[in-house]
Amino acid sequence: MTSDGPEPDAGPLQVRGTILTVRRIDAYHVMTVVAPGIAARFRPGQFVAVAVGGQDTSMLLRRCFSIHDVRPDHGGTVEFVFSVVGRGTQWLAERRPREALDLTGPLGRPFPVPRDPVSCLLVGGGYGSSPLFALADRLRERGCTVDFLLGAASGDKVFGALTARRTGRSATITTVDGSLGVRGIVTDVLGQVIHDARTDVIYACGPMPMLRQVTALARRYDIPVQVAVEESMACGIGVCMTCVLPVVGSDGITRMVRSCVDGPVFRGERVRWDDIGTIPLDAFGAPGWEQRRLRQPRPGGEHTAGRPGHGA
Amino acid sequence: MAPDLRTKLGQVELPNPILTASGCAGAGRELAQFIDVSKIGAVVTKSVMLAPRAGRPTPRMVETPSGMLNAIGLQGPGIDAFLQRDLPWLLSRGARAVVSIAGSTVEEFAELAARLSDAPGVTAIEVNISCPNVEHRGQVFACDVTDSGSVVAAVRARTRRDIPVFAKLSPDVTDIVSIARSCVTAGADGLSMINTLLGMAIDTETMRPVLAGLTGGLSGPAIRPIAVRCIWQVREALPGVPIIGMGGVLTGRDALELILAGASMVSVGTATFHDPSATVRILRELEEELARRGIDRLSDVVGLAHEMRPAGRAAGSVV
Ligand SMILES: Cc1cc2nc3c(=O)[nH]c(=O)nc-3n(C[C@H](O)[C@H](O)[C@H](O)COP(=O)(O)OP(=O)(O)OC[C@H]3O[C@@H](n4cnc5c(N)ncnc54)[C@H](O)[C@@H]3O)c2cc1C
Ligand SMILES: Cc1cc2nc3c(=O)[nH]c(=O)nc-3n(C[C@H](O)[C@H](O)[C@H](O)COP(=O)(O)O)c2cc1C
Ligand code: FES
Repeated sequence: MTSDGPEPDAGPLQVRGTILTVRRIDAYHVMTVVAPGIAARFRPGQFVAVAVGGQDTSMLLRRCFSIHDVRPDHGGTVEFVFSVVGRGTQWLAERRPREALDLTGPLGRPFPVPRDPVSCLLVGGGYGSSPLFALADRLRERGCTVDFLLGAASGDKVFGALTARRTGRSATITTVDGSLGVRGIVTDVLGQVIHDARTDVIYACGPMPMLRQVTALARRYDIPVQVAVEESMACGIGVCMTCVLPVVGSDGITRMVRSCVDGPVFRGERVRWDDIGTIPLDAFGAPGWEQRRLRQPRPGGEHTAGRPGHGA
Repeated sequence: MAPDLRTKLGQVELPNPILTASGCAGAGRELAQFIDVSKIGAVVTKSVMLAPRAGRPTPRMVETPSGMLNAIGLQGPGIDAFLQRDLPWLLSRGARAVVSIAGSTVEEFAELAARLSDAPGVTAIEVNISCPNVEHRGQVFACDVTDSGSVVAAVRARTRRDIPVFAKLSPDVTDIVSIARSCVTAGADGLSMINTLLGMAIDTETMRPVLAGLTGGLSGPAIRPIAVRCIWQVREALPGVPIIGMGGVLTGRDALELILAGASMVSVGTATFHDPSATVRILRELEEELARRGIDRLSDVVGLAHEMRPAGRAAGSVV
């Protein structure tokens, strides 16, 4: 993206876009939509929320997808990658070029980029690698080096392996069935990759268990990690409070924050992974939380201060 | 000529009848990225409690056919933060603020009402009585005739005279009219209906309940016929009491349906998740629906269906 676009905080738009192409790439569908305003405002890590099912749909909630890429063609296009899991994504997979698609975006906070030209490791699981390539471009513009570590169950589910190999300083692939790259999962080789690449910062997107383990390892190596989480969302714009998870603020207080507007990108070590799906007893507004905070330090309260330039 | 959409919220006049629904618009700030919040009748804010509240664990939501279940558990920052941050923001945008309040005891509701009465700029208070009453073994206020009345009486007593108080009713009761009557007798200036219906979903793959809290509130078009029925019954029994109708309104046509049943204002909830500009779209569509029928004034059609029963059918019970 050029720097003379709209202000980064210009906010999301609701756009009636036109589908340009729907392609199959391995296990995934890749959809490109003409949506100029969204393309112009996009920053890596942000997502779109797509209305599915057409007029009079019984599926009221939008489906969220990370933005994979934006291009200036046709006034501005937005591309996202998805796998078919249920009725909404099935409907999307059946769309054809020139049909209309209602999108809101770009939503959420993007990946913060470092001020200095550092060594960045981008870790993706399954379609979670989709937002990492636009991020890689931006990091390289900043003079950073980019290494990739991508993993999935099988080779056809590793999204972007070729691009990673072509554009990354290094690209390590893992598959559970061994059909591509190293047999295993990304965290099996993460330590080695960090060591070889002399990684300064990790960016990760993928399934929550992967993000949790990547964060744990990053902490062990004392490397800051930015993760893009995936929580189920009803509105995607911050009004419904369905998408919350416990995150420790810079003041040390845990809050149930909205992953759609306060995220989806968080500093990994700020997320209380073990407490997702619960309300931690000391969380802001939990029954008796104030007394608990006064009596004792936060459980697991050794969160690292991180390095300058990576505040979330 | 465009139809006259003005309506009355108690003594207060609103430029039009389309409102947000509590819990589906936050305090307006996020929606303002998509709509001009001063253009709709009012913003009904997320139910606020005295203290900050973390809410229920996740998963809090599941989509269902033409609807959704939610179990948010009233997560919010509490009244202090609301008065400091949210209310002034709404007023600065020229929006009218209907503040929804929730409590777990009668006294909590009353205290909230007092705090809001001291703050300038509150257009009305909506009392969310679909909360468990900790002094009555967790029985939901809205499901008990006496408890509903006690809350409304306490709120009315502590609210400035010029601020209308609306009681928000739950459809999960045997006889909604008796609850409505109890609230009006206790001093409610109007009624909001309907809140969500208790529902549940089970994932047949994992064979577990989907929501962490097991049950959740059903909203969306799936519940609209129930909203129409509730509004109809209450209007029939209490024809002079203003009603904010809600439940599954997605279009101007849907809003008109609730108005014909007896609502003089309509809140839009779940539709906002589908379409963040739903309120202003529905407002425009409602205007078109009225114009197309040659209707000059919104007030001419409020409750009109009661005078237009199906031909050949005797007036009386709709059950
Ligand atoms: C910020 C964010 C980014 C995402 N990026 C991508 C992406 O780049 N590519 C991709 O394939 N998928 C992505 N997902 C997941 C994607 O949103 C779901 O797979 C999709 O909503 C499933 O819809 P469905 O109707 O096919 O499935 P159903 O299971 O029928 O959906 C039912 C409901 O559950 C919700 N839901 C189901 N699975 C998920 C899930 N994994 N995460 C969140 N909500 C879910 C749906 O939104 C819908 O409301 C992302 C999710 C989030 C929150
Ligand atoms: C996510 C969500 C949160 C809600 N929170 C509240 C709330 O805090 N207070 C309240 O009175 N009603 C709440 N409601 C109920 C709505 O205000 C409304 O009564 C109900 O959803 C029916 O309208 P709808 O079908 O247009 O959504 C909530 C509904 C949803 C879907
Ligand atoms: S999805 Fe509604 S607040 Fe995040």
